[in-house]
Amino acid sequence: MTASLPAAAPKIAARSVSKHYPTADGTMVALEDFSLDVADGEFVCIVGPSGCGKSTFLRMVAGLESISLGSIDIRPGSERGKPLNSVVFQEYAIFPWKTLIENVAFGPQMRGVGRAERLDTARYWLDRVGLGKFADYYPHQISGGMKQRVSIIRALANDPEVLLMDEPLGALDAQTRVVIQEELLRIWEETRKTVLYITHSLDEAVLLGDRVILMSAQPGRRLATFRIELPRPRSIAMTNSPRFAEYRAQIWEQLSAEVTRAMEARP
Amino acid sequence: MTSATTDGPAPAGHREAPRRGRASGGDLRAGLLFLAAGAALNAALAAAGLWSDFAWPAIGASFVLLVLACERIGRLVPVKGRAAYERTLALGFPLLVLVLWELAADSGFINPTWFPPPSRIGAALWDLSTRYDRFSGTTLLGRPWLMPEAFSKEGWAGIWALVAESHVFATVARVLVGFVLGAIPGVLLGVVMGLNQTVRLMLDTTLSAIYVLPKIAIFPIVMLMFADPFGEAPKILVVGLSVFILMAINTMAAVRGIDRVYLMAGRNYGARGWSMLRHVILPGALPVIFSGLRMALGTAMIVIISVEFVRAKQGVGYMTFYYWEVLNPEKMYAGLVVVMILGVLLTYALQWLQRRLMPWQK
Ligand SMILES: Nc1ncnc2c1ncn2[C@@H]1O[C@H](COP(=O)(O)OP(=O)(O)OP(=O)(O)O)[C@@H](O)[C@H]1O
Ligand SMILES: [Mg+2]
Repeated sequence: MTASLPAAAPKIAARSVSKHYPTADGTMVALEDFSLDVADGEFVCIVGPSGCGKSTFLRMVAGLESISLGSIDIRPGSERGKPLNSVVFQEYAIFPWKTLIENVAFGPQMRGVGRAERLDTARYWLDRVGLGKFADYYPHQISGGMKQRVSIIRALANDPEVLLMDEPLGALDAQTRVVIQEELLRIWEETRKTVLYITHSLDEAVLLGDRVILMSAQPGRRLATFRIELPRPRSIAMTNSPRFAEYRAQIWEQLSAEVTRAMEARP
Repeated sequence: MTSATTDGPAPAGHREAPRRGRASGGDLRAGLLFLAAGAALNAALAAAGLWSDFAWPAIGASFVLLVLACERIGRLVPVKGRAAYERTLALGFPLLVLVLWELAADSGFINPTWFPPPSRIGAALWDLSTRYDRFSGTTLLGRPWLMPEAFSKEGWAGIWALVAESHVFATVARVLVGFVLGAIPGVLLGVVMGLNQTVRLMLDTTLSAIYVLPKIAIFPIVMLMFADPFGEAPKILVVGLSVFILMAINTMAAVRGIDRVYLMAGRNYGARGWSMLRHVILPGALPVIFSGLRMALGTAMIVIISVEFVRAKQGVGYMTFYYWEVLNPEKMYAGLVVVMILGVLLTYALQWLQRRLMPWQK
């Protein structure tokens, strides 16, 4: 009885979260009364119009931004010393002054993992995404797609309780995007981490997510939830299936209405 | 006329070659034409006896024509020879100025007493480097040729005795000690000011106010702060103070300029306190810190030379001013040349350090 309780409790619990930014002409409400539970091992995607507060919410979950109202909790796992969350930032944010391998080993290094062990972990992940040859390169020497891969495996190498990804593939061209989506799918099937994933792409949201949360334009509220019941393991090929198209159309209908509403509301 | 041949039904490969040949021939001709125009202009003015009346416009026009000529000729340089060409330009022009200076002084166009020709300045520099000044008990470089013998006779003490009599050593030591003693706390304070708004608000105005003070103006006060006002401590302190202020202001700007997302990434991956400073803040600020260090080095040289002008018995600044007072312009200029050489060498050293500390920047 007591053992089954924590399993049912959500991994991430966000309760009535609001974010207010004080500005010169009054308070700016970036996010309003937003609640979300993410189960252990669940992959949740958030989509919504630009500027609706997705990044703000993610940073609040990560504890990088103060919460104006409400509460956010991440339930710690049984393993001690494991980091609660790791963020893949919208702007890559890999350190230009560290080589790729040092970047990937950064999280373990900060947790005091020994040099040999953390470099082994980093090398494993670099090899995994085909960057083994570039271990000792600096970020300015590699392409945008490679940087984004480094940013993703920096989070994976940190082995956190939950992964927080903010449009990790947003800046990539279509082909690179598809390649990394496949990689992400494979890695996720293996690790089954709890993931909160922000994206602009409905295809990506439907392909990756167990659930897709649609947010309203500013101030960000929760508008709709879509449960994606495509079978796992998934692959890029599924994007051509009729069910996939159906999900995408459903979400698009609501999202486009919201985007239009937001544009018309603007003075 | 010539266009008829290129427009003709020749294969594409054949059309390219003559066109390029013609263009480069044009560049060479234009370059030589510009050079000839410069020479003709100056010759015509000289022949009319008007050159000295129109010296500045003539120099200006000659410079412009020289630049145009070099640009045209530079287009002919193949990619492989580019580096050599750029080096020739960078070293050749100052050399040309020296040659012209020499000629102008020899021909009496400028007064060789106050503007001695470079050859005489060079000779004075050689003289200073090789001669021991009995009156003040100093040398310029510390007589390195005596060092092996001194070492075999008295060991390190012998070397030290020779080094200690050197003007260059006195100046460099003051600059380096003052630089390090000022830069380290300056950078640390700058980091604190960059991170903490309260400290920044409290100190920013004060630092800006002290920054603009000529350090030579507060030197008398600094002297009074020490038991031996004529010793090394006040000189080093005033250098350190200038570097400190500049580096605090500079580092503050550097830290504030770090992209917020790097600080967030550092925090999210567990960096706190010292590890944050070591892995995120310092490397993030380092590029700007180094450009600040370079300016601070220049400031340190300026401060120490002016301090040595007024209050020192040794040092390149002292030596320069001394030879001015005894009306020996050649040696005064030689002193200035030494100052410039020191500036260049210290800047090189800093750039070397920068390459070592910032391998991620090409
Ligand atoms: N520090 C701040 N001060 C004031 N307003 C802010 C601040 N940071 C963000 N905002 C505002 O909060 C709103 C939400 O920003 P956020 O970056 O979370 O949007 P987003 O949904 O991630 O957009 P995008 O999809 O374009 O990345 C925006 O309107 C933005 O202008
Ligand atoms: Mg965003």
